[in-house]
Amino acid sequence: MSAAPAQEDLLWSAVAEPMRRRVLDVLLERGEATGAAVARELPVTRQAVAKHLAVLDRAGLVAGTRRGREVRYVVLPERLDDAAAAMARVAAQWDRRLARIKRLAEAAQADV
Amino acid sequence: MAADSVEREILISADATVVWDVITDPDKISLWFTDEARVEALPGADGELTWRRGGRNGEKQADVSVPIRVVDAEPFRRFSFRWNHAPGEAPDETNSALVEFTLSEEAGGTRLKVVESGIGAVAREEQARSKYVDEHGAGWSRHFGELAAYVRTAQSEAPRP
Repeated sequence: MSAAPAQEDLLWSAVAEPMRRRVLDVLLERGEATGAAVARELPVTRQAVAKHLAVLDRAGLVAGTRRGREVRYVVLPERLDDAAAAMARVAAQWDRRLARIKRLAEAAQADV
Repeated sequence: MAADSVEREILISADATVVWDVITDPDKISLWFTDEARVEALPGADGELTWRRGGRNGEKQADVSVPIRVVDAEPFRRFSFRWNHAPGEAPDETNSALVEFTLSEEAGGTRLKVVESGIGAVAREEQARSKYVDEHGAGWSRHFGELAAYVRTAQSEAPRP
């Protein structure tokens, strides 16, 4: 088995941490925000948010732009899609499978 | 629930014994999930799930077989398995996804819940496995397009600070 690409590991470990998902949620809601603005909406310190943003930045999920004394962050949708697409695909498959299970079980029940 | 997991449920107008039979009997599994299934609902049992190109359930665009190992099987209550690990490898949280079915009887029938976790591990593995490349080409690019559009919409509708 060949090693997984390092960039993919970064992506999945970045989104696997629940608070980082909330940081992404806040950024998606606001469009763009500073670390301080994100921290005001979450039960964590500015320092913790800064660390999460650094991890997300390394994974290519967010990008920061310096404006004067502050850095404003945005979500990079292409990268988020890599993770979201895998999840959405799996969810849609289970919806279809559960619907088929329901049909089969209800038909079998009628024969009981 | 882990971040890379999905949870779905459905209410079925049937007894838990009937639903259990549908989700664990290989002959039934090949009606809702795969095209062929070799699996026994016993903890630790190894089996194989097979899809055929153009198969009934339309899940795969190529012939694909993947290993499955039953983790837990408590009749009429819980059934869980790991799958999508490489053939010959022992499945664990780094190389496979975990699927957990829970059945609970309630008024009107049986609620069937499914949680699949470890999707990130499988996505990584699949990228490393050439046999999945052809199969994924079309499906993934379609999903990427849809989700890119969704995320862009969500962002443009978000209130600007």
